[in-house]
Amino acid sequence: MMMKIKNSGLIDRILFYILVPAFFINLYLIFIWSPVERVMGDVQKIFYFHVGTAWVAFLAFFIVGFYSVLTLIKPKMERFIYAGISAEIGVLFTTLALMTGMIWGRASWNTWWTWEPRLITTLILWFIYVAYLFVRKMEGSWEKIAKLSSVFGIIGVINVPIVFMATRWWNTKLHPVVFGEGKDQSGGGMEPEMLITMLFSIFTITILYVLLLRKGAQIEKMREVIKKAKSNIINKLAS
Amino acid sequence: MKTILVDALTIAAKDIRSEFKTKQTISMMAIFAALVILVFSFAFDPTNNTVKAVIPGLVWVITVFAGILGLNRSFTSELENDCLTGLRSGPIEAASIYLGKVMANFLIVTIVQLISIPVLFILFNYRFTGSFLWFVLIIFAGTLGFIIVGTFLSALSANAKNSEMLLPVLLLPLLSPLMIAAVQATRVALENEKIENAVAWLQLMSAYDLLFFAACLLLFEFIMEGS
Repeated sequence: MMMKIKNSGLIDRILFYILVPAFFINLYLIFIWSPVERVMGDVQKIFYFHVGTAWVAFLAFFIVGFYSVLTLIKPKMERFIYAGISAEIGVLFTTLALMTGMIWGRASWNTWWTWEPRLITTLILWFIYVAYLFVRKMEGSWEKIAKLSSVFGIIGVINVPIVFMATRWWNTKLHPVVFGEGKDQSGGGMEPEMLITMLFSIFTITILYVLLLRKGAQIEKMREVIKKAKSNIINKLAS
Repeated sequence: MKTILVDALTIAAKDIRSEFKTKQTISMMAIFAALVILVFSFAFDPTNNTVKAVIPGLVWVITVFAGILGLNRSFTSELENDCLTGLRSGPIEAASIYLGKVMANFLIVTIVQLISIPVLFILFNYRFTGSFLWFVLIIFAGTLGFIIVGTFLSALSANAKNSEMLLPVLLLPLLSPLMIAAVQATRVALENEKIENAVAWLQLMSAYDLLFFAACLLLFEFIMEGS
């Protein structure tokens, strides 16, 4: 009954060798190549990390929902593990997005925090992630926890767009609408260099997320294998 | 379809009967709601005129806090003598267990609201001038959504040892869009603003209620399967 750990070293290695140069290119693009923003100055550079981490935060949650649905359709250890790892990375990136956002907000809006749709949505996303991880920490067989946590994951994914809509109706004041035109904010627009840098930053951070997801899942699988081997040994010794 | 409803009514009646035998949960919830009002009267000076602004929020704070107390009991009380296994193995759909619990919890929370909201208005010396019908409708839609999600998560968290602590952590983030809508709509209704503003929020609340009702009804089976 040994669970096989798929030998997926090649893909991981490719990802890793893309990621390392991409990160250095990304840093070069952000700090040297892209123009300095006229009003905000150097502080605006955090924007590239902010957008990238926020994008991954929402992507990771979408992946949690995706694997939750798969787990409910047919419970498999692998799907359950992927959902959990994605949630763990999601907490990390949501925290990063919130923190970079706060630093940027402090510099450009002169306030650490404001009750604005995207901020509230991200904060609530963080809370849902943490609640999801609490559900996974329940005691019991993994099949049971897989079911319960998947159910909660799906409900959480449904909730996120509703939160965004509700808060958007509530008030829209500060956040720059960078793309397209907002209702009462004239869309900021970006220099093409900035746009390229931002897209490259999103790309790099997404690669980082995929690599972390794969590595995390491998570690978790190894843990399961060891757990099984241990209980096998204990059974053998006891009999 | 009809059998689901009949079974649900049976389960709701069972819950209500056992509740009215002791009246433990309802009285505890009402007392707790009154205590929350008391604590808030220290936090916001009731003689101050700004208190009008916090009343819509307070209505929902006491509903949610007192409601969570009741929801905690909703499924953990079934764990005694393994009643939950009995319910599960009975010839009834999981959906009717959920529906019955929603009905019972909704009735209990409504009774608590009937006591605690007038107490809130009296203690904060609030003169009701808004439109009563809209107020009731908004309270109804908000409470229904709260109970729909709350009952579902109560069943989910009943599987954990620390279910009383888990339930609020799971429930409050999911309730946030409903609470935003409910508080805004209640404010509009109480302050006698243009009622069209409340209608938009009421639509959001109805959409939330319907969406989560459908999702919870479908997914409840998986929770009951567990263990």
